[in-house]
Amino acid sequence: MKGQVFAITLVVVSGVATFIMFISTIDSLSLTRNRFYRDYRFADVFVNLKRAPESLKEKIQNVPGVHQVETRVSAYVKLDIKGFSEPVTARIISVPDDGKPLLNRLYIKKGRLADPAKDNEVVVNENFALAHGFDPGDRFAAIIHGKWKELTITGIALSPEFVLIMRPEAMSPDFKHYGILWMGRKALSKAYDMDGAFNNAVLTLYPDAKLSDVLAQLDTIVEQYGGYGTYARKDQISHRLLSGEFQQLQTSSEIFPTIFICVAAFLLNVVMSRTINTQREQIAALKAFGYNNLDIGIHYAKLVVLIISPGLIGGIVAGIWFGKMLGGIYMEVYRFPQLIYTLHPGVIVAAVLISIASALVGTLHSLWRAAKQPPAEAMRPEPPAQYRVTLIEKTGIGRMLTQPSRIIARNIERKPIRTFLSIIGIAVACATMISSGFFKDAVAFMVNVQFVLSQKEDMKVAFTEPTSRRALYELKELPGVHHAETFRTVPARFKFGSRSYKTAINGIEPESRLHLLLDTDLNAISLPPSGIVLNDYLGKFLGVRAGDLLTVEVLEGSKPVRQVPVVALVKLYLGVMGYMDVTALNRLMREGDAVSGAYLVTDPLYSGKLYRNFINMPRVSGTVLRRNEIRNFHDVQAKGMLFFTFIATLMACSIAFGVVYNSARIALSERSRELSSLRVLGYTRGEISYILLGELGLITLIAIPLGFLIGYWLCAYIAQALASDLFRVPLVIETKTYALAAAVVLASASVSGLIVRHKLDHLDLVEVLKTRE
Amino acid sequence: MIGKEGEPNNSGEVVFRVRDLTKIYAMGEVEVHALRGVNLELYSGELVVLLGPSGSGKSTLLNILGGLDTATGGDVTYRGKTLTNADERELTEYRRYHVGFVFQFYNLIPSLTARENVAVVTEIAQNPMTPEEALQLVGLTERLDHFPAQLSGGEQQRVAIARAISKNPEVLLCDEPTGALDSKTGIVVLEALDRINRELGTATAIITHNADIAGMADRVIHLSNGRITEIKANAVKKSPGELQW
Ligand SMILES: Nc1ncnc2c1ncn2[C@@H]1O[C@H](COP(=O)(O)OP(=O)(O)OP(=O)(O)O)[C@@H](O)[C@H]1O
Ligand SMILES: [Mg+2]
Repeated sequence: MKGQVFAITLVVVSGVATFIMFISTIDSLSLTRNRFYRDYRFADVFVNLKRAPESLKEKIQNVPGVHQVETRVSAYVKLDIKGFSEPVTARIISVPDDGKPLLNRLYIKKGRLADPAKDNEVVVNENFALAHGFDPGDRFAAIIHGKWKELTITGIALSPEFVLIMRPEAMSPDFKHYGILWMGRKALSKAYDMDGAFNNAVLTLYPDAKLSDVLAQLDTIVEQYGGYGTYARKDQISHRLLSGEFQQLQTSSEIFPTIFICVAAFLLNVVMSRTINTQREQIAALKAFGYNNLDIGIHYAKLVVLIISPGLIGGIVAGIWFGKMLGGIYMEVYRFPQLIYTLHPGVIVAAVLISIASALVGTLHSLWRAAKQPPAEAMRPEPPAQYRVTLIEKTGIGRMLTQPSRIIARNIERKPIRTFLSIIGIAVACATMISSGFFKDAVAFMVNVQFVLSQKEDMKVAFTEPTSRRALYELKELPGVHHAETFRTVPARFKFGSRSYKTAINGIEPESRLHLLLDTDLNAISLPPSGIVLNDYLGKFLGVRAGDLLTVEVLEGSKPVRQVPVVALVKLYLGVMGYMDVTALNRLMREGDAVSGAYLVTDPLYSGKLYRNFINMPRVSGTVLRRNEIRNFHDVQAKGMLFFTFIATLMACSIAFGVVYNSARIALSERSRELSSLRVLGYTRGEISYILLGELGLITLIAIPLGFLIGYWLCAYIAQALASDLFRVPLVIETKTYALAAAVVLASASVSGLIVRHKLDHLDLVEVLKTRE
Repeated sequence: MIGKEGEPNNSGEVVFRVRDLTKIYAMGEVEVHALRGVNLELYSGELVVLLGPSGSGKSTLLNILGGLDTATGGDVTYRGKTLTNADERELTEYRRYHVGFVFQFYNLIPSLTARENVAVVTEIAQNPMTPEEALQLVGLTERLDHFPAQLSGGEQQRVAIARAISKNPEVLLCDEPTGALDSKTGIVVLEALDRINRELGTATAIITHNADIAGMADRVIHLSNGRITEIKANAVKKSPGELQW
């Protein structure tokens, strides 16, 4: 039983470890986050507007439910970093002149705050500093309100507002090409002509405030000041991404430990019923001596607890270790002052209780059988097993089967439930592997759709404000620009029936070569000259279909409200967006040929030169390099994925090994007699191994395709659980993911097969002849 | 005529020649001498019965002859080939093609019917009879498709005999074939063995505790404490039907 206990231990370790890992990571990250939010006073509501006099602050303050208000100046700037010739943009935010923000306070990790009066001092966010190797005292330049300015870093900071930093519209965090800068309010106001004014405000609410009322009132108040976005914490990007991650962890913490606990319970069931069967006579003797059913039940329950205890202990230790490791991986992307690792004793108690309870439930049947056996019956040997001619044999294949194959078939059919559970167990191992590979496949697919099929530009250049289309010719003239197309982006709210969603309309050129719209089968469709195209998620969210009339409230310029027919729904995995022909959008806006920026195809040789050009063009607010986006997307995902793949592989191996090894050992102990008999009759080691391992091999081979199916369902469930307006994970599983899953399962099965084969080679032939069955 | 060393009346070819065979089991500190120098010939076509008290080494001797166990010292040759230095593979092949075994506890495969249990052997043998023929030889034509659990002990043992002889082996080694059976059933089984010995000429060795069975043998070999104490040839062979105990 030693080997089987080991196999069970392995599965229990995996189950308890993943449970503790996920729960402690969720607990630690939420505690860390909540502390950070509380101690550094993370705001509840965020307001963006064009420009408002400081006096508006009082009006905001007077909105019922508002607790504290802080006004700020904020802007997007281009950076010019020596020795780094790629486009970098940053958001610059003011810090009150007394250096003490009321809300969204800074945690200064190194150095000090910027001098409020100095317009050449900034604090930068930590990930940005790390990505560039910056320390306080280092310098770089920024184009602030059109002026090239050398800045000195005085400090490196974290903020609850920027736990995770992502450039608007980006697919994933990119610490090298996007940063947050904090500058004294006085200096920044001066640079942007914002003396006595602000363009951004953050506020906290009283606990009893009604959020929707506050947001509605704020919207009306800031309306005339060019308000373009009042939103609650739940829509704040850093917070949203963090919550999304928690959600993902929560889903995983529910799925994976459950799988393990079930497998462990099943393995214990098999082992315990076997043990109890072989100990029938002892049980009877104990009863004859006056032990009652309860005593016997307790005796075996203790045995169950004893068997799983090493797994529990190992699982707790491994869980803490993995939890800290996973926490550490999160901390590289999500920045907190420090991770407060917490493991509530309750979590350990829960892990222990859940494991023991399911182990006991798994063995309940055999425990009950052991207890209720009358001593006299138990004294007798077990009645001989009943066999039947199997269904498969009746089909006529029967005559072709050799006797060893017949033995396999009949044994499988005699214990259909056990066989079925073994198959499910192995299939689940296979499914676990697939679910880990799925993320890689899905991300690769998303990147491919987004950047290869849909967005073909090398560079995206954004203008500071809507500009005449003529600007395009200026860009086309630049050396290294092969092709250029304009786009117009307008923030808008879509309404249909009772539902509404705030996003943007992207106006692109008809016959665009660089920005293709894809239908649900990923075929490019041409943009209709009028009407609007929504992506499928948004369409579903609003409940619109092609042909419906959508209410579009533009949130810029004269803020027109129009009814626009929805022409088609298109596929988009990242974000939520409406598309129109750029001229149709211009018409809708009642503006001339205004554009917001351009997509470019460029010659890589000229890239460096082009960035320099764009840095110096006042009209260009920022440049994004597609290549960086792709690379970065992979980089950011890579570490986390590697860890998850590692954990999943570990889990899959332990399940596959545990289940196969356990079945093999049980089969061996049940059948060593007949296998020895066959050896006596002149069967070779290989031939008897075929009977035992052939059965396991068959089970494994049936389990693998079933595992593919379960894996597919599991991935579909995960994809569906993760779908949000930020991104939808496509249900894409590559052939190589299936192949790897099958390979891992086969390898684990083979290892247990080899161990059992070794035992088969050392059967004692003579011993078996001396004993009655 | 009874020879001095108990040679058989109809001396055929030598099947087994055993010389100074010893077997020592090491049980930790203690050594058990199961065989202490056994010398013996077995001839083709003869039926011998091995008698002796429990622990005298009967099974050990038979297992070594059958290639199931290895000797500590001495030689065993089978038709001139030495078994005592054969490796695992050669022994398996030897069992597969040349020897039939019958054991006290039948050792049938529970998941296979009578016919299939015999087919287990005929499938891998070189010159087998059909399972049906083998089962007919033991008088079991009616029970072909019964599983062992559906057969009586005597019937199971006859299936085991059918299985053992179905490959047309040179020798049939039986370790207490009637040990688990009542006398009436035991006789039916012995009749089957006797018939096969007569009709197929298979050299047969039967271990038993039952001295009455010795009557059906050509020769009776007595073992005691790891040695052969006496070999006696029966002047008159009884048929199993005449035996009683
Ligand atoms: N595997 C073993 N390990 C240790 N000693 C053994 C082993 N097999 C047999 N022996 C010993 O060898 C001696 C001879 O055993 P064997 O089985 O040949 O006796 P036997 O004559 O067949 O007895 P029985 O009539 O009871 O079957 C006995 O003392 C026995 O205890
Ligand atoms: Mg014996």
